[in-house]
Amino acid sequence: MKYFMLIWAGLWRKKTRTVLTMLSIVVAFLLFGLLQGINQGIKAGLGDTGNNRLWTTARMSAVSSMPAALMVRMQTVKGVRTIAHLSFFGGYFQDAKNALPAFATNVDKLAVVYPELNITPAQIAAMQTTRPGALIGRPLAKKYGWKIGDKIPVGTTIWTNNDGSNNWAFDIVGIFDPTPQFERSPLGSAFWINYAYWDEARKFDNHRVHQFIVQVDNPAQAAVISSAIDKMSENSPDETRTQTENAALQSQLKQLADINFIANSIVGAVMFTLLFLTANTMMQSVRERIPELAVLKTLGFSGGTVSTLVLVESLMLCLFAAAVGLVLSAGAMKAVGSVLGPTRLPGIVIAAGLVIAVALAIISGLPPAFRAQRLNIVDALAGR
Amino acid sequence: MSTLVSLNNVVKRYQRGKQSVEVLHGVNLSIEQGEFLALMGPSGSGKTTLLNLIAGLDQPTEGEVTVAGERIDKMSGGKLAKWRARHIGFVFQFYNLLPVLTAARNVEVPLLLTNLSSSKRKQNVRAVLELVGLADRATHKPGELSGGQQQRVSIARALVADPTLLVCDEPTGDLDRENAEEILKLLQTLNREQGKTIIMVTHDPLAADHASRTLHVDKGRLGDTPVRSAA
Repeated sequence: MKYFMLIWAGLWRKKTRTVLTMLSIVVAFLLFGLLQGINQGIKAGLGDTGNNRLWTTARMSAVSSMPAALMVRMQTVKGVRTIAHLSFFGGYFQDAKNALPAFATNVDKLAVVYPELNITPAQIAAMQTTRPGALIGRPLAKKYGWKIGDKIPVGTTIWTNNDGSNNWAFDIVGIFDPTPQFERSPLGSAFWINYAYWDEARKFDNHRVHQFIVQVDNPAQAAVISSAIDKMSENSPDETRTQTENAALQSQLKQLADINFIANSIVGAVMFTLLFLTANTMMQSVRERIPELAVLKTLGFSGGTVSTLVLVESLMLCLFAAAVGLVLSAGAMKAVGSVLGPTRLPGIVIAAGLVIAVALAIISGLPPAFRAQRLNIVDALAGR
Repeated sequence: MSTLVSLNNVVKRYQRGKQSVEVLHGVNLSIEQGEFLALMGPSGSGKTTLLNLIAGLDQPTEGEVTVAGERIDKMSGGKLAKWRARHIGFVFQFYNLLPVLTAARNVEVPLLLTNLSSSKRKQNVRAVLELVGLADRATHKPGELSGGQQQRVSIARALVADPTLLVCDEPTGDLDRENAEEILKLLQTLNREQGKTIIMVTHDPLAADHASRTLHVDKGRLGDTPVRSAA
């Protein structure tokens, strides 16, 4: 601690250079925190959901439909508890720009397989008594200011009804309040309509659905059950593909972009560049202070003490700037997270960031520290 | 008086590229406790090399160097560093103060190697700055001080740990006559009133006049007898 004044003095010998180097480290760790935070947050989010849910879609494509009757046969597979299904209605409200996350489903079963949606028995009953009814998530209701009793006109470019028109209308019979985790998911803010009503009213693709959500008794049996379900339609025109909800979501995300790979690549490149920058700064700083370090050694500081001073200086520079970067990224996560998902910087990212900062400090501080230790006093004082 | 510094047949060779250059050729020297010795000689004569060997900054190729009763010619780097901290106060020609530290902080640096408390260190720093007449400049950084004042800070730094031996390498080499005279008088006072043993390398015969003994170094050899001896 008594050497702090020497370390502090060394650090601020060239203020501009130190500030610029710190800023580079701050920006790098801000980027690190933000990218890894979102990446880890998404992973953690996926890890929390759907442990006992399987998604069954058409093997050909997730947007192809399958016979709704498959559900009856699937229900016979050992370990299957409940099956809900959904079909993409899509559609828009007033203008094609106002796309709606509208799905047709069997609401009573949906409420069972997705307890996170908090659909109440009264809402299920309301849907069953009002065939053109719609159940909507609170976020969607807030967005458009809809309330129970409103009749919502919904346009679609896909689904023609039996009248030959593309205009549909649904009565809002309930507004559900999903868990915070589901609030930002498409299911949590969806516009749910009765499958039975919609299937009767549409002109084509009747008696078919886009996806089954299978709730199983034991998540450990997921692979066996998936295989058994897919075997039922093997070699038929409607082969299925069943996977856990997590795996399905991850593969959907990967279709969009491999966030993990992108985050790791960017952070890796930034850290690699930062290593050279910090190492160069430390080398330059020590090179300029060779006579001062020689004076310290003349006064009786050992080679080990002088090299430790240099290493601690590097540690202070990197750790302080990295901590600032991580704090800023935690703040940025709150702002950006509401759009992208996670809002808190995970502890693992903070810990990893600090470990990287220490590694960065040691790797960039070791060569100049070694040089300071080996410094020949006579040569250094003579300027050789 | 007892012998503080003893050099016995000291040889120093430097390797310059492929060439081996012998700078000191079998030097024998004895310095008594309380002496103020001036080492004079032309550039390249080996006087700074001799000073570095006595101060434990360098080690001889051959021969023995004994200072304050300890053989320092075979000491390891770490041991020698500790020995320097305990026995040597060094004054440089160009002061070599740490530019970002105040005068008081610069003077405090050697005390960091001791077990003194922060308040005791500050007390010692204040006392030694008063001794060199710079108590009112304690919070000034080297850049805010004149050359003479910087050299006084440098002397205060050399004195603060109460070393056995004060080693000065051209302490007035970068100063004008007036400032040089003040520094030399200060060294003389430290020698006469505090009993400090001082070895000073200088080109300047007027500076050497302040010493109690002057020796000439020429081409790596000491003159057989002192060229002059002053009271």
